[in-house]
Amino acid sequence: MSTARDAILTTLRRQLKRGSLADEPRQRLQHRLQHPPRHTIPQRGLVPHSEQVNLFIQMAERADASVQRLSTAAAIPAAVADYLHRHNLPSELIVAPDPSVAELPWSEHPSMRLRIGAAQDQDKVSVSPAFAGIAETGTLMVLSGAHTPTTLNFLPDAHIVVLPAPQIVGCYEEAWQRLREHAVAMPRTVNLITGPSRSADIEQTLQLGAHGPIHLHIVIVDPSM
Amino acid sequence: MQTTSIHFKANARRALADESLQRSLTRMRVGFQHKRAAAAAKLPEFETLRDEARDLKDHVLEHLDFYLEAFEAKVKEQGGHVHWARDAAEARQIILDICQAVNARTVTKGKSMISEEIGLNEHLQAHGLTPIETDLGEYIIQLRQEHPSHIIAPALHLHKEDVAETFHQHHAQYGLTRKLSQAPELLSEARQVLRSQFLAADVGITGANFCVVETGSTVIVTNEGNGDLTQTLPKVHIALTSIDKLAPTLDDVTLLLRVLVRSATGQEASVYTTFSSGPRRADDLDGPEQFHVVLLDNGRSAMLGTEFQDMLRCIRCGACMNHCPVYGAVGGHAYGWVYPGPMGAVLTPQMTGIEQAGHLPNASTFCGRCEAVCPVRIPLPKLMRHWREHEFQRHLSPRSVRYGVRAWAFAVRRPALYQRLSGLGAWLLKRLARGRGRLSRLPLAGGWTAGRDLPAPSGQTFQQQWRQRGGHR
Repeated sequence: MSTARDAILTTLRRQLKRGSLADEPRQRLQHRLQHPPRHTIPQRGLVPHSEQVNLFIQMAERADASVQRLSTAAAIPAAVADYLHRHNLPSELIVAPDPSVAELPWSEHPSMRLRIGAAQDQDKVSVSPAFAGIAETGTLMVLSGAHTPTTLNFLPDAHIVVLPAPQIVGCYEEAWQRLREHAVAMPRTVNLITGPSRSADIEQTLQLGAHGPIHLHIVIVDPSM
Repeated sequence: MQTTSIHFKANARRALADESLQRSLTRMRVGFQHKRAAAAAKLPEFETLRDEARDLKDHVLEHLDFYLEAFEAKVKEQGGHVHWARDAAEARQIILDICQAVNARTVTKGKSMISEEIGLNEHLQAHGLTPIETDLGEYIIQLRQEHPSHIIAPALHLHKEDVAETFHQHHAQYGLTRKLSQAPELLSEARQVLRSQFLAADVGITGANFCVVETGSTVIVTNEGNGDLTQTLPKVHIALTSIDKLAPTLDDVTLLLRVLVRSATGQEASVYTTFSSGPRRADDLDGPEQFHVVLLDNGRSAMLGTEFQDMLRCIRCGACMNHCPVYGAVGGHAYGWVYPGPMGAVLTPQMTGIEQAGHLPNASTFCGRCEAVCPVRIPLPKLMRHWREHEFQRHLSPRSVRYGVRAWAFAVRRPALYQRLSGLGAWLLKRLARGRGRLSRLPLAGGWTAGRDLPAPSGQTFQQQWRQRGGHR
């Protein structure tokens, strides 16, 4: 059917001076795909968990995110109310349907109005959970899904992300391994997010707040605190 | 895109006299080089990672047919579509067909150099569609009807006053008539204008920095978030990429990301690294209903197994041009096509023909800085030299070069004659310099002495001096 496909593959094999791969090398490559070999992993993330949490905070802040640590998830609504007040942001929230954020005691703060679902253009502040935090670079791993729509990460001006401390890992490889164990299939979208959006396209000068969020606020829930 | 590589010399001369461009290039050299050096210094494993990245890309290239088929199967398994395009025309047609099948009118676009390579915008426009570039730099140059002058910083040649002027001209239609002067205001106005475009678009087209075989994902690396809005909001997401972008596993792509970002912008990580796998799932609340990957060849498969294979390792970070004294002097537009700098000097002859682009591999002093900073250790000077050899073999070099090289080759194969001639030359040049140590004019070398003096030789060749000092083998 696809003549371009055949032509490209034929050219590749001709240039490689061989035909289609034989069974043995093919199986070796299949095995490599199923058991990904690890490359060198930067030492900086390979430290005890408490130090990984500290490294995550340090790297995220260096990437212009703000980070807050709470000992219990029940304290999140009050912390969010305070954050909105301090940054002069509207107290209307779009919250991910995920129970970890949707079922927090928001009603204790009647000043905040809440909508649950995907983000729309008028939404200014979103709250969603992260799947992992990667200490190496202060990066959040956020998955798409029925309870975690991707638009929450991009449309609002401020994105508040809830990250339980046990979900902080040292390096990307650990986060990928957790994802492989967690999900049957890859979600439609996996977002690795490091700080709020920015651009240096005008005179090579960094400006925060391009097309995505202008503020990224990370709330780490750490029961060990 | 019209290629003007054949006029490189005239382009370069104009660029050197362009005071505004020269200011931009000075800014670029300071910014990019310092940032990369600082990022590399902060990661002790950086050099090891570069070796591993080189070896990984070589492994993929050796098994490219296998990995392409495996990637295609994985994308399909998740409900996505894969389209293969031999050349630019096929890729343009595939994309137009997808757009027309959903009666698309506006198309938002994330940054993609392959889109430039295939001249996509012009094609869509010619068929009644409106493509809208959403990366800030791409947006600015689209309004100005220009082309990128750098592969990761497309508007590098412009100043904020230029951007202010452009926005003032084009944003009045949205009721934005205030003339701005500061970069933050300009960015904020672009955010406002483009937001409505993101929401209205029927199709979103992005590039892909990598394609992951393990998961059937395309990966984009951005800072602005424009690529994510482009691919999340419309009904259709098309990822336009090329056959050399494969990474077998998530661990493999992590290795490439670690060296890419530091080599490009000097960041620890880009703000958004996004993996897209198939269309939205049945219970997803957002995301595109269709996911298409277009795999472009356009001369790449023919480089495999040749002396140019190493070029297929390129991950498009831009470090080679950021550190190139020639790019730093003339900027990207002088190169006359999509890819500038050392990587462009190797790719452009492959894609547009050495007849068109012969000047580019010659526009290098072979200082080697590009190879020294390349994250996947592509021997760029060697590859440029291969193009010079092709040019010579096909009699495309200027007559003066061909006769000159032939005369030199004749002499150098006859050591006695060569020593006699070079001795005569050294003696003559010293006499011509009349004790000033330099020559400001020289017959047959006017092109060289027009811009600088030629240091005069001491009057004796190396071998003569060596013998006088009693040296022997």
